Amino acid sequence: MNTSNVKKIILVLALATSYAAVAGEVSDSDKIAQYREMISDGNPADFDEMRGEELWKTASGPKNATLQQCDLGKGAGVVKGAYAELPRYFKDTQKVQDLESRLLTCMTTLQGIPEEEITARPFSSDTKQSDISSLATYVVGQSKNVKMNVLVKNPKEKEAYEIGKRMFSYRAGPYDFACSTCHATSHVRIRMQDLPNFFDKKDAQSAYTSWPAYRVSQGLTRSFQWRLNDCYRQQRFPEPKFASEATIALTMFLAVSANGADYAGPGLKR
Amino acid sequence: MNSEMNLERRKVLKVGGGVGLLALFASIGLVSPAMAEVDRKAFSAKSMDEALSAMGVIIPEKTDAIKLSVPEIAENGAVVPVSVETTLAKVEQISFFVDKNPNVLAAHFYLPAGTEGMITTRVKMGQTANVIALVKADGKFYKASREVKVTAGGCGG
Amino acid sequence: MGNPMKIRAAVKDGVTEVKILMQHNMETGLRKEADGKLVPAWYITDVTAQHQGRTVLEAQLGISISKNPYLVFGFKGGAAGEKITVSWVDNTGDKRSDVAEITA
Ligand code: HEC
Repeated sequence: MNTSNVKKIILVLALATSYAAVAGEVSDSDKIAQYREMISDGNPADFDEMRGEELWKTASGPKNATLQQCDLGKGAGVVKGAYAELPRYFKDTQKVQDLESRLLTCMTTLQGIPEEEITARPFSSDTKQSDISSLATYVVGQSKNVKMNVLVKNPKEKEAYEIGKRMFSYRAGPYDFACSTCHATSHVRIRMQDLPNFFDKKDAQSAYTSWPAYRVSQGLTRSFQWRLNDCYRQQRFPEPKFASEATIALTMFLAVSANGADYAGPGLKR
Repeated sequence: MNSEMNLERRKVLKVGGGVGLLALFASIGLVSPAMAEVDRKAFSAKSMDEALSAMGVIIPEKTDAIKLSVPEIAENGAVVPVSVETTLAKVEQISFFVDKNPNVLAAHFYLPAGTEGMITTRVKMGQTANVIALVKADGKFYKASREVKVTAGGCGG
Repeated sequence: MGNPMKIRAAVKDGVTEVKILMQHNMETGLRKEADGKLVPAWYITDVTAQHQGRTVLEAQLGISISKNPYLVFGFKGGAAGEKITVSWVDNTGDKRSDVAEITA
């Protein structure tokens, strides 16, 4: 993206949404980094992890089964390190699945819970926590410090990656925005938020490996699917369907761009 | 708010058939009697002056012996990490205040002998304001103060 | 009965450092719902920490403490395997107590 493009975006953002974009004043970024460092200990996402673990191990649903036989890609019941290799192709469903769509498969097949019941509450709210979101928090926590290693080998994996890559730069909507409009240039900010440049290895790695995250502003732990939905909102796109092929493809592209980094979530964000 | 909060406090104190819950806690050793008796009026104080007088503090001395750590900028006012560490001897109490919050006193700690003069917690801040740490050591009050800028939090979500 | 806390206690150079994360909404009583109704105040008022039955910290909290309160403090002494008990009570009378073992 060239500078005039950036200027255009900044202008559009400032006019249309009262965002003020400032190109990297180092001192403020440093102060924010200091703030993040200071809050990094004592992450309330731990509670969501605990809740998720309980749900994983407790028999429920019409089949009164636990999720302990759920295959997240490393064999039935293996949770450790599974998230660092997702999304991936699954033989049983003949699909590429990310964590949340795979959890959906396990909950419907093993526990017999109707899909509509699960997708009716994909995300937590102030008054009620989402089971699938807590389960995701538990699973990702079991990949802490595991190197991201998402493979693009199988033809379906290749297809998902290519679709995701194209989606990332696909412009549309009332402002003609793509993900890349905001996330393909280094050192751009909206207000105080540094926008990660997903074409920069380091940026992509630190952004991807810090989600899911406890959002301080919301007092809730948020999943990766939630993160994508929120950026679709930023892009003025309609909200994508939970666990849809499109969101999985996009996740595939972002996950691959983070390969090689240690997974560091669940994170803690403003 | 003021009376509402006092009411809440009173309700708590009534639980247990006239025996205050805190007193009940005290009797089983969860909370010391000294603490149960402490005047909680300071928690509904709307200004620093009001809070300090409710706590019986005259004029706290400024000192270099208190290190107050706060972020210069808080990305979100919902969670502002605050930390105090002091080299003063015989630290008895540490309190944190946010001077522009509706109720200025955020937390009050009693440190028995043997407990280090060091506390970390997290406070909410409605706007850019001063965080004040008050330390009582060997019967005397000391304070340290630092400003924290609270940003509006950016683009929703 | 409140939700479980997360307590970590580690002894180093003769000082035990205790980190407590509590699960609580800490509603100020000043926040309004979308429909304009005030959300009632609901917050932890008192926290006590004990080491092998001896009180090592007492805290009183107000409405300015963040949701899911976090506390860090330290005391002289403590040995691996010994117990730290943390208890809280909130303004509705709800309470919670959890125990953690000190690690080296
Ligand atoms: C209008 C600008 C805009 C567009 C378009 C946009 N984003 Fe974002 N994105 C942001 C902002 C701003 C943040 C930081 C948000 C925050 O801190 O709340 C962000 C954060 C993120 C993060 C988390 C980064 C981190 O380090 O926490 C990811 C992942 C992300 N975006 C992915 C995407 C994807 C995928 C798309 C396309 C579907 C997209 N974004 C489109 C503005 C945008």
